Amino acid sequence: MLHVDDLRVHYRTLRGDVRALDGVSFSVADREIMGLVGESGSGKTTLGKSLIRLDGRMRHVGGTVTLDGTELPIGDDGRMNAFRFNDVSIVPQYAMSAMNPTRRIGTMIRELVTSRGIRFDTVRSELDRRLDLVGLDREVLDRYPIELSGGMKQRMVMVISTLLNPKLLVADEVTSALDVSTQRAVALALAGFRDRDLVHAMIVITHDVSLVYQIADTILVMYAGKLAEKAPTDVIVERPLHPYTRALIAALPEVGVQYAGKRLTGIPGGPPSLRPPPPGCRFRDRCPVAFDRCAEQPPFVEVEPGHSVACWRAS
Amino acid sequence: MGRYFGRKLAIYALTFFVAVTINWLIPRFMPGDPVSRMVARAGMQTPEGVAAMREYYSSLFGFDVPVWQQYLNFWGGLLTGDLGVSLWAFPQPVSSIIVAAVPYTLGLLIPAILLSWWAGNKFGAYAARKKVLDNTVLPIWYVLTATPYMWLAILLAWALGKVAGLFPVGRTFSASLRPEWSWVFVTDLVSHWFLPFLSLFLVAFGGWAIGMRNMVIYELESDYAHYLGALGAPGKLVRRYAFRNAMLPQITGLALQLGVIVGGAVVTEIVFDYRGLGYLVLEAIKSSDFFLLQGIFLFIVIGVLVANFIIDVVYVLVDPRTRAGMGGGA
Repeated sequence: MLHVDDLRVHYRTLRGDVRALDGVSFSVADREIMGLVGESGSGKTTLGKSLIRLDGRMRHVGGTVTLDGTELPIGDDGRMNAFRFNDVSIVPQYAMSAMNPTRRIGTMIRELVTSRGIRFDTVRSELDRRLDLVGLDREVLDRYPIELSGGMKQRMVMVISTLLNPKLLVADEVTSALDVSTQRAVALALAGFRDRDLVHAMIVITHDVSLVYQIADTILVMYAGKLAEKAPTDVIVERPLHPYTRALIAALPEVGVQYAGKRLTGIPGGPPSLRPPPPGCRFRDRCPVAFDRCAEQPPFVEVEPGHSVACWRAS
Repeated sequence: MGRYFGRKLAIYALTFFVAVTINWLIPRFMPGDPVSRMVARAGMQTPEGVAAMREYYSSLFGFDVPVWQQYLNFWGGLLTGDLGVSLWAFPQPVSSIIVAAVPYTLGLLIPAILLSWWAGNKFGAYAARKKVLDNTVLPIWYVLTATPYMWLAILLAWALGKVAGLFPVGRTFSASLRPEWSWVFVTDLVSHWFLPFLSLFLVAFGGWAIGMRNMVIYELESDYAHYLGALGAPGKLVRRYAFRNAMLPQITGLALQLGVIVGGAVVTEIVFDYRGLGYLVLEAIKSSDFFLLQGIFLFIVIGVLVANFIIDVVYVLVDPRTRAGMGGGA
């Protein structure tokens, strides 16, 4: 069970702080796959990284992250190390280049595991089972990363990241670099890890709503460093309340609908600058239903069980 | 694997052939005629004497046969180790002059290059993660490597040789000594060797250190380093990987350095009057001794090719990405 409470993470830049995560609170239950959706720059990757490792420019400004009753020291790189890989793990955005090009994959895994104080023999048989699970030959361990295709590398990284059965797995844009048929295989492999209880909870970060629709139990929509809406997948897709979520869903093409002579609608405008963000609701400028009250920031409140939204019109 | 090296060897053989041919052509297009030079040196007065000497030297240098025959003879001589006769040290054969000079050049350059490479890489990798070192010590080497080498060498010779008087300047060993395995000779040799060595070491060290520092910083910011960090791998493992990968371009750099080594460090040897191959190059040019020049160039060509071949082999061993290309026709 993951609780994130009022998490604030800023990027330090020469022209002031960028408030990439500005007071984010949500929970992920055990066995839940949560899809995290938003456009580029909405803060979804920042959120994913914050849960495991802040990069050099990120600063933990406030808020807490609690995993199974233990608070994660996310601002303390040294103390956080004990939790990484064991409790929290990540499948990074850059899986294509995540493995050392000059080491055999098996050697790299052995050195990584050994460096964490775990004997390689104890995970060896589990490693083989996981390879079977994602449909990779066991002999890939004797190969170098360049000898694998993109989809194989992606699955290999998934196996490495989940090897120690983490309580929380963050999968960041895992399918973005893959073609559609491989995307499905990777998405199903992710769900398979959860179904076999190898990973307790999972956050799948993507800008591809149709991907999370296939595997996620709930979807969290982010906009400009704030949460917009969180609800079970069906609710988000069928009865979204936040105008941004509605626009996002409306922009998806539907199967069986003829689009000849009819343009797919997009969302006009772009997100505001976060350095610092304007007061009030951040979607205000692009919102079709904005009114006077939107000059004040709407709170992220639960409108029905399991469905929270940050919009004056919805609550 | 066999096909890969077969193809490589064929390319090297072709390169060698072309290089030797060009090496043979260049002196023949150069102004100045060695025969006239030798005749003039003899100072003959009578036309008959001049004609006789011309004939003698023409046949000695092999100029009395058609050009194509000269070319074939050159290859024949080359394969039997006969590189002709030097004009500068007439009548010593070129090969024995080169063989006598080579130990001094190698004894100077191999330690300078290998030590500066080893120490520079270590220091550069260390400076990459120690900000203080990076900001204080490394700038000294930015200046040193940017300084014209000749000026630096002269400065060293002046400061440590002339002013401080710690080391002798000029010659490979004192003129009063002859090469032998005695304590006196060896210490004399080493004291003459030290200043040229130091000048080469200082400049090369900075170059390696700066290159390595940049490469390690780049590698530490690469995706695999971030991934290992996210999985909680200790910095030691990440740095080991980064160092190993950053070494690849440094190995190439070392190979190129070792390849031209046989040409000697011409400037060093001139500044310190150190009598190795570089010194020979200068003397050969001054006395338009193109047989000697040809011999030295041939030596350099062979050195570059052998070093490149060794590095091809080493690369295959250390970088799996080169191995991937071996199967295909690329």
